[in-house]
Amino acid sequence: MSSSVDKSKVPWWVSNLIVPLVNLTLALLVSGLFIFIAGENPIQAVKLIMYGSFGYIEGIGYTLYYTTNFIFTGLAFAVAFHCRLFNIGGEGQAYIGGLGVFFVAVNFTFLPVPIVWLLAIVGAALFGGAWAFIPAYLQAKRGSHVVITTIMFNFIAASLMVFLLVDVIRDTNQMGPHTIAVAKELWFPTFKDFAQLFGIKIRYSPLNLSFLVAIAALFFVWFLIWKTKWGYEMRAVGHNTQAAIYAGISPYKNIIIAMLISGALAGMLSLNEILGVHHKIIAGFPAGYGFTGIAVALMGRNHPIGILPAAFLFGILYQGGSEVTFDMPNITRYMFVAVQGVIILFSGALENLFRPQIESFFVKVLNKEKIV
Amino acid sequence: MEYFSDFASLINSTLRISTPLVFAAMAGLFAERSGVIDFSLEGKMLTAAFVAATGSYFFGSEWMGLVLAIMACVSLSMLHGFASVTHKGDQVVSCVAINILMIGLTTALAAAWFGQAGLTPTLTNDQRFLEITLPFADALKSVPLVGFIYSDILSGHYIFVYMAYLLVPVVYWIVFKTSFGLRLRAVGENPSAVDTAGINVFAMRYKALAINGVLIAFAGAHLSTAVNANFFREMSAGRGYLALAALIFGKWHPKTAVLACLLFGFTDALQIRLQGVELPMIGTIPVQLIQGIPYVLTVILLAGFVGKAFAPSAIGQPYIKER
Repeated sequence: MSSSVDKSKVPWWVSNLIVPLVNLTLALLVSGLFIFIAGENPIQAVKLIMYGSFGYIEGIGYTLYYTTNFIFTGLAFAVAFHCRLFNIGGEGQAYIGGLGVFFVAVNFTFLPVPIVWLLAIVGAALFGGAWAFIPAYLQAKRGSHVVITTIMFNFIAASLMVFLLVDVIRDTNQMGPHTIAVAKELWFPTFKDFAQLFGIKIRYSPLNLSFLVAIAALFFVWFLIWKTKWGYEMRAVGHNTQAAIYAGISPYKNIIIAMLISGALAGMLSLNEILGVHHKIIAGFPAGYGFTGIAVALMGRNHPIGILPAAFLFGILYQGGSEVTFDMPNITRYMFVAVQGVIILFSGALENLFRPQIESFFVKVLNKEKIV
Repeated sequence: MEYFSDFASLINSTLRISTPLVFAAMAGLFAERSGVIDFSLEGKMLTAAFVAATGSYFFGSEWMGLVLAIMACVSLSMLHGFASVTHKGDQVVSCVAINILMIGLTTALAAAWFGQAGLTPTLTNDQRFLEITLPFADALKSVPLVGFIYSDILSGHYIFVYMAYLLVPVVYWIVFKTSFGLRLRAVGENPSAVDTAGINVFAMRYKALAINGVLIAFAGAHLSTAVNANFFREMSAGRGYLALAALIFGKWHPKTAVLACLLFGFTDALQIRLQGVELPMIGTIPVQLIQGIPYVLTVILLAGFVGKAFAPSAIGQPYIKER
């Protein structure tokens, strides 16, 4: 099938824009069907999603706050995927990353605030990366599949963190499983604070400085994957391990590097959640964002330029989705987990469903134009 | 005598807890031996649990629930085949999609149909599978040793427990003693050779996936219509992945895979017994840490064993017929 179209004749925008958009449309149609089965009106749901995510300024703030999380976890999955590794442990890596942020924020209060922030970024990355290290090592040296080990590490992280939050680092003046709050001057400035600088008064939304960190991470990953030797080697291992070995590239080293960077990016999710929003570690704060990163990365074709709009789309779905769950009693947030699954199916596993037809259609049309 | 009953209850819970793992490992064995990775055991088990509980409730029959669960799981297996065999999509991505889709959809539909908590209604005793007392179990109870083994350990399990352990020799026979099994293994090892011999690689993989769907449905039905009397959110709790780890640790062989499943089941049973118990030298281990033990064990087992050498050679690769 795929051999019927000469790949070099297909314009880039057909394979990288039209085909993903067709896949996304199919996924959203199927999702509409689910909403219908659950007994609600899909068109009404779309209206609510649009209002919830764009209808008012705080809604936009929430949308971009979710976008921040999905940029981090989407990039995390993408970096590992370039080395053909399925890091589905973003959830656990983000959870443990929170420990790094908290550790820095509690122990380095004597330093100037911007320095503490930088150290917190390093802390999130180090702890998140460390949690990815064992699965990485086992994949590289023992051939233990990362899909199983990273999932297991999610469960282990959850057990460990609940243990720590209940028995070790709990705020003993409170009942709930969470830590004490970090010092107020270390909290990331929010969208509201920025707006106030320009004399604009808006109400609170959780959007904060982490968004800019996420944008910086997008540039970092683009540079890493396409402009450095490391990125080249990772992609080489991912594309063809045998050829990479022949070219003198070590798959072991690159598997470990890719997983460490991936874990570090997932860990940075905790910056947004801890310094930006909760200001403490609360039980279960990664709340599924790690898994959503898989859908974001696959939809964004594992490229930062694709991940940004994909993360934004999921931000819309999350924020708009909470509007839907508020207004439609039959829809819970799990419906939007299902939507993620459908998106992964159509833009990941079934991405070639209509690709040959679409590509040959455009090649034919464009050739005709040239002849005329 | 108390030690005896403790021992019996530990063995009983091991057998019960291992049951869904055994079904899932056997289901995974068919798919993986044919060359198709199946990480979606988890999502399918969850689907089966939801469909079996819902079906039993609406039709008032646990068997109807099981039949519907089989249909649902075979459909998901076919979807996996459609994406990864027919359209040559990435097999792992397809599995991850099925898992995330079903984690969301089962709870979303349970909430939409039965209320916000995402639980299905509690099944009455005639809508679910009950423990079976084997014949003469009561009469033999007082006989030393024989009574202990027959009445206290072998008798009194759910039907799925017996089915699971009887399934293992059947799977062994199918995979290693029949021509179907030979073809199945050949498709997973060297699909182009099988193709040359005139056997349809795609059809074989679809057949393997169909069996996979049937078997995994039993695991889910065991969870929601036997051990529990309803479905609840994410009730499979990683068992699909544990079963896959057991399959890998058991070198894709039914006999060793079932031993690995029993090891997981035993660890889990022990974990439950150890909660809140004071141990000599160590003291009481916090519950949260104990609950992590089966997952840590999975990682250790996977680490202690190099999987590549025993995996079916063509696993994970879509078959592309040459023209």
